[in-house]
Amino acid sequence: MSARPSQLPRWIEIGLLPIINVLMALVVAGLILWTIGANPFEAIAILVEGAFGSGYGWGYTLYYATSFIFTGLAVSVAFHAGLFNIGGEGQAYIGGLGAGVVALAFDNLLPAPVLVPLAILAAAAFGAAWAIVPAYLQAYRGSHIVITTIMFNFLAAALMVYLLVDVFRDPGQMSTQSRTFTENATLPEMATAFGWVGIKISSTPLNLSLVWALICCVLVEIFIWRSRLGYEIRATGLAPRAAIYAGIKPARVVIIAMAISGALAGSVGVNEILGVQHRLLLEFVAGAGFTGIAVALMGRNHPFGIVLASLLFGALYQGGAELAFEIPTITREMIITIQGLIILFSGALAYMNRPWVERLYLRLVAAKAQGASSHG
Amino acid sequence: MNKLLLRAATAMAVMFAAGAAMAEPAVVYDAGGKFDKSFNEAAFNGMEKYKAETGDAYLEFEVQTDAQREQAFRRMAEKGADPIIGIGFSQADALTKVAKEFPDKHFAIIDMVVDLPNVQSIVFSEHEGSFLVGMLASMASKSGKVGFVGGMDIPLIRRFECGYEQGAKYANKDAAVTANMTGTTPAAWNDPTKGTELAKGQFDQGVDVIFAAAGGTGTGVYQAAKDSGKFAIGVDSNQNYLHPGTMLTSMVKRVDVAVYNSAKAAKDGSWKAGVTVMDLAHEGVGWALDDNNKSLITDDMKAKVDAAKADIISGKIKVHDYMADNACTY
Repeated sequence: MSARPSQLPRWIEIGLLPIINVLMALVVAGLILWTIGANPFEAIAILVEGAFGSGYGWGYTLYYATSFIFTGLAVSVAFHAGLFNIGGEGQAYIGGLGAGVVALAFDNLLPAPVLVPLAILAAAAFGAAWAIVPAYLQAYRGSHIVITTIMFNFLAAALMVYLLVDVFRDPGQMSTQSRTFTENATLPEMATAFGWVGIKISSTPLNLSLVWALICCVLVEIFIWRSRLGYEIRATGLAPRAAIYAGIKPARVVIIAMAISGALAGSVGVNEILGVQHRLLLEFVAGAGFTGIAVALMGRNHPFGIVLASLLFGALYQGGAELAFEIPTITREMIITIQGLIILFSGALAYMNRPWVERLYLRLVAAKAQGASSHG
Repeated sequence: MNKLLLRAATAMAVMFAAGAAMAEPAVVYDAGGKFDKSFNEAAFNGMEKYKAETGDAYLEFEVQTDAQREQAFRRMAEKGADPIIGIGFSQADALTKVAKEFPDKHFAIIDMVVDLPNVQSIVFSEHEGSFLVGMLASMASKSGKVGFVGGMDIPLIRRFECGYEQGAKYANKDAAVTANMTGTTPAAWNDPTKGTELAKGQFDQGVDVIFAAAGGTGTGVYQAAKDSGKFAIGVDSNQNYLHPGTMLTSMVKRVDVAVYNSAKAAKDGSWKAGVTVMDLAHEGVGWALDDNNKSLITDDMKAKVDAAKADIISGKIKVHDYMADNACTY
């Protein structure tokens, strides 16, 4: 992010600018929809209704958002240390492997209250371990973390293919997937959890990992802004030389920040493997690691912003699927285009609108001040 | 503003719901997408035929991520679609789950058996069709060496391979069969470059006819055959038109017929659950003969294959099914 001190109040920085970016993306997406003969207003209405119009829509939106919260937090923690962790995808993949291995090994032995926390820890530990290797190479060998984390995504994919094809696949089974876990290794669906207290909501993949994601948000907030280590991480990210002068060891900070980042990304496995699929399979991360980068950028690396941005992307995924159901001319490729435009405008071009908004705001403030002085 | 938008959206949704109230069939394509020129496209063609004949619309969805499979089936069921047809074995888990939730709805799945009272499982006797094209390959080959390129290494594709090998050796007991699989993951269904590589490798070993049972990867094999002036055999859809002159024939798997029949039966009220085997006798599999390849198939070849076909149907020739015991013993 730009280190330039902002002259804008927070509500513009966090609220108005992202809204302008999303609106611009929607206008461009609308133009594309219009050229293929779909009605853009109808499409957007379906998208919004599909994401938020029913308990079912909310369920899917929040289910997608859960994964994005994990990966968004992961990217943001690394970013506070000045590191660009592109490896969320691979760390999430390996995190899911951790959860799956523990589940497959113990699901006939341990009861759920013991096994599920163990699997959650395994997901975090595997994700962290996968992130520590590039972190070590960055800290002690100077290999650039962007390059190494990207390469580790490919390594993760190759490893998972090997494991699922040659180790975990049931003989004679055609799909590349492991056997299904027993009940002991599943995180209850939100619908089941609400059922315990007598509230009925529709059955969706949304599960209790959302609660874990929100707890992680609070923990990250406390860690980054209220702990000594968090201070060291922020200091290193903002001014590495000053941090060294203050006695902070940058290598240690790199390793710790990446380990936490990897653990958060690995927790995607909790949502996907323990919460939804209940088996190990290929490509369950489905891009959440990369979406996390856009989520963190949009959420300005703050847990609260990340929750909001995750909600937006969750809505895009779920609403996008509804669009494909409702309007036959809108294919899945078109949905990816719309999602890509939103990522482009709110992620890559996040600061494009800032100069003119800033100028406009300052002019308005000046005019108001002048008006006030001439009348008063 | 948000409320207003929601209200407008709800009004829209109500209009849509009213439009979708009648029971129209729905089809959920596999990740390959409906225009893969092969397996999924055959299902698409079947639904288009149904639409043209009955005038009924149908719903469709191409899955993008694994989580969407279940969502797609549930969404179709909630919209009142009937029957709901899943294309490909990967749909089995999601379809099973949703079929249990909607016991009144009819479901169908291609290439997989799901044992539920409201599911129609449609499987094909690929080994029988492959046997026939194996015979053609052997008879067209000058070197006595024929090749096979599979997609993802799964029992289903080994079933193609095993049938092909039996056919090739039935026509010429000294025939040598060289087989390669493209890969072990779903990516192997769409890797034409690797298909070309494998085909060229086999041609270098003296093979002069290759049967590709590899989805989109096959296009690379067919191209290699055309470039080298050798023969290739298509799969699933009739692919003879791709390179007339070097496409010896295609092993057709009538997914279009299966999908059409299921939709039609639900409309007529004659729909039945259980396993439907689309074999040679039911015209579920076969080999394609059209204007594009009739100059390559001699009358003698045709007569021999037709005789073998009749013998398979009558039970005189038993084609071993790889998936019966996960071994190619015959």
